[in-house]
Amino acid sequence: MCINCGCNGEPNHHHRHDPPTRTVRVEEDLLAKNNRLASANRQQFSTHDLFVLNLVSSPGSGKTSLLERTLTDLQNCLRFAVLEGDQQTSNDAERIAATGVPVWQINTGSGCHLDAHMVGHGVDHFELAATDILMIENVGNLVCPASFDLGEDHKVAVLSVTEGEDKPLKYPQMFQAADLMLINKIDLLPYLRFDLEQCKAFARQINPRIEIIELSCHSGAGMTAWYDWLTSGVAGKRAKKE
Amino acid sequence: MHELSLTQNIVELAIEYARRENARVILSLTIEIGALSGVMAEAVSFAFDVCSQDTMAQGAQLEIRHIPGLGRCMACHEQTEMETLSYVCPACGSLALETLQGQEMKFIEMEVD
Repeated sequence: MCINCGCNGEPNHHHRHDPPTRTVRVEEDLLAKNNRLASANRQQFSTHDLFVLNLVSSPGSGKTSLLERTLTDLQNCLRFAVLEGDQQTSNDAERIAATGVPVWQINTGSGCHLDAHMVGHGVDHFELAATDILMIENVGNLVCPASFDLGEDHKVAVLSVTEGEDKPLKYPQMFQAADLMLINKIDLLPYLRFDLEQCKAFARQINPRIEIIELSCHSGAGMTAWYDWLTSGVAGKRAKKE
Repeated sequence: MHELSLTQNIVELAIEYARRENARVILSLTIEIGALSGVMAEAVSFAFDVCSQDTMAQGAQLEIRHIPGLGRCMACHEQTEMETLSYVCPACGSLALETLQGQEMKFIEMEVD
């Protein structure tokens, strides 16, 4: 029976019987689904005292070379696992596998970034209880990965001196989201017109709290500072739990 | 390019809520996008037509509300509108500003039948 007039819903009546259009309040963040999955990842990582870094940069900044060198130098004192994100190929995963560190390749196909769902399944391939650091090498892209939390402790932005010192101004979201900026390939500085101090000033303009380490994974310059940062990150993560 | 996956989220979320409400069709959607969110409203509009095809949101009006950026200078504590993340404090010239508003990406409400 119609609640408006008590009729039995006869056609051609004086008012509509189907409910009128109505407004539904949603009030959800567009990234809510990803953020929920990222929180679940973060909780899982914490259970295992795992220190997790999300490495972001433009293509060709030297992320994979930096990882190769880091793994080779530190794998006797820290247990690593690496998730590799690329649109296509398992070339990077093969390079990491050659160091002897467990690695899993995620191919995003047409996707321009890793998301928390991909990472959640990616880590199923590792023994997390026997891992100290998880390195997630994101798709080479300074735009999209900035918005997607993967459950990491820190985003680490890698910028190489061949790219131009104004990258932090051109891609501010990424440099604001990062806690650490690694300026890579500093062995090439004598051959380039790259203003290192200006680059650091630009990064701090976007993100006053950002830490900066200058290094070259080719010559080895500055790598000790990076290794100290990693080691204290792992220790800090353990201490936080205790 | 991540506007495409964000828009897929919007459509999925809209359908989920519409089903819960036993709606037949989604007539309009209202979302908010902040000036500092890194998301292009035009790209979301374009992606919406593609993502909503053959769903109950097909043909729905998408209203995108622009949320202006707002920052506070970390040196002089003045508040200022900021349309980009690289912004100079108009009061004291400092480069260090913290963001107060403008990074939101939110699905507010929708009209269903």
